[in-house]
Amino acid sequence: MMRSKLVFLNLILLVSFSCSNEGVGYEPVPAALEIPLIFSDNIIPPVIPNDNPQTVEGIALGKRLFFDPLLSGNETISCATCHSPQNGFSDNTPTSDGAQGVFGTRNSMPLFNLAWNYDERFAWDGKELSLERQALEPVQNPIEMHSNWDDVVTKLNQHPDYPELFLRAFNSDNITKELAVKAIAQFERTLISANSKFDRFLLGQEALTPEEENGLNVFMDEARGDCFHCHGSPNNPLWTDNIFHNNGLDNEITDLGLGAVTGDPSDNGKFKSPSLRNLAYTAPYMHDGRFSTLDEVINHYSEGLKSSPTIDPLMKSLDQGGVQLTPQDKADLKAFLLSLSDPSFINNPEFQN
Amino acid sequence: MKKKIYLQNKTVKNYINKRLFTLLAFSILFIVACTSDSENIQNTDVTVLTTFNFTHDWDGALVTNSDFNNFQFTNQNGETISIERLRYLISDITFTNTDGETIELDTHNLVDLTNGNGLNFSPETKISTGNYTNVSFTFGFDNEDNSENYIDLNSASFNVPDMLGGGYHYMQFDGKYLSSTNNEEGNFNYHAIRAADNPGPNPTFPQDTFFTVDLGPINITSDTNIEIKMNIAEWFKNPNQWDLNVLNTVLMPNSAAQIMMFQNGQSVFSLGTVSQ
Repeated sequence: MMRSKLVFLNLILLVSFSCSNEGVGYEPVPAALEIPLIFSDNIIPPVIPNDNPQTVEGIALGKRLFFDPLLSGNETISCATCHSPQNGFSDNTPTSDGAQGVFGTRNSMPLFNLAWNYDERFAWDGKELSLERQALEPVQNPIEMHSNWDDVVTKLNQHPDYPELFLRAFNSDNITKELAVKAIAQFERTLISANSKFDRFLLGQEALTPEEENGLNVFMDEARGDCFHCHGSPNNPLWTDNIFHNNGLDNEITDLGLGAVTGDPSDNGKFKSPSLRNLAYTAPYMHDGRFSTLDEVINHYSEGLKSSPTIDPLMKSLDQGGVQLTPQDKADLKAFLLSLSDPSFINNPEFQN
Repeated sequence: MKKKIYLQNKTVKNYINKRLFTLLAFSILFIVACTSDSENIQNTDVTVLTTFNFTHDWDGALVTNSDFNNFQFTNQNGETISIERLRYLISDITFTNTDGETIELDTHNLVDLTNGNGLNFSPETKISTGNYTNVSFTFGFDNEDNSENYIDLNSASFNVPDMLGGGYHYMQFDGKYLSSTNNEEGNFNYHAIRAADNPGPNPTFPQDTFFTVDLGPINITSDTNIEIKMNIAEWFKNPNQWDLNVLNTVLMPNSAAQIMMFQNGQSVFSLGTVSQ
């Protein structure tokens, strides 16, 4: 009697394991981020959530999802449509048209070095509190990918490849939106840019031109550009403080930015300082893409500042419209800024479809 | 023969007993000595956690970041001020005991009232209980510490440009003011750094502008919370009445302004509540 019970139990266990594809003993292969020396020497380590470690299979799945139009309602656009590698994972229009041809209100943010955003507030207005959560939003945004996650998960389940890819990435045959965004976030964390001319200068591998050198001095000089208080320095190679500022774009604030997220009027008109890396590829500039060239950006800080109640006190010489750079300093500042661009990043085959 | 053997045995036994006694005596002595030492160590070297709590006021009225972004403070010179950002660096917390010995903690803490970070700081090193004739810290970094590379401060974008000697801000205090004469609004960036002249590849340093803050005697008997108070108004008051209409922005390359900040800073900090 006892023996027949055991046989029956074994049969149940056998059937149970047969029904599940979850691999017994299988684990995705860990894939630690390759942290550039210039980062590890100067800034604190990247943020990797404990519940979403980087794995070879997770990154591969994330990359596939990032470039797959299946995530949009009518399967016409992918994440990469508005975050194109050739544009520093940004878009070349002021705002982007979504799956239905409707344009949004914000410039597509460039994507790189995202794991070093220590406060984990993402997007121009800081509304997304982790990279994983950020990836949830565009799929269901009606003017972006105009889909919903239930439909996306259904399509992924019916796809010939994705069930196997999710199984490998997460050891789970239950595809969920949470796992999908985890994979996308893993891929996004690999988008590391740290090989610009200026990086090589810091490593002693390349020299700056006299113009670039003067441009750096303009950038670092509180009496001229004073860019470093918000945009990093040679000691902070992210070239952003990842903090939110009102940089004097408008007298009347119509887009509240961070203020709409926090509900605090003193945050109205504040937007995240973008990194100055890869500016050669990420035009147009500002949260609404209003400036099509770097010259326009520099002119804004030099003589185009507009006062408003929440303008950042670091915006100087407001009564004159700005810091009044000379034409030479403007040209040199631009030369320096362009030295922060990293062609090896936008051409990295690991980041192409 | 038997006796002899007995005697021999007795001699051997005595010998053994003497040796054993000596060994035992030394062992006891050793054990007692060791026990005594370890008891002494335990008695005199109980170590406890210290936590420094940074609070801020304007001439006695508590200031938190909920008071930011409002024109609600008036300085000695009559300008009304809105505080928008306040963060500063302290380092080298030092305990001086009754023998005049100092225990210096080679550490630093960035206090950021803007976002509430660093307001409560517990150094990793525990401190022996006892009477301390003085507890002190450095506002900013001394020159040696200021020449080091700190990844946490780099990450917080707290650096000073190389053309001014590099290193780190001691304080970044940003805000807006309403002029006492015409009520016009202006920005101020009251940034304290190491005073430098001749900005460029070879700046010179007229005088040190970090300073030591002496909190006075503290008796530490157990885990201790030490309140360090910053009276923000003092930055504008004593001995230099600060005129924001004149000294508002671009103060980093202004060594005279840096020295005035150094002078005014001497009366900014004080010891608050000590609780154990």
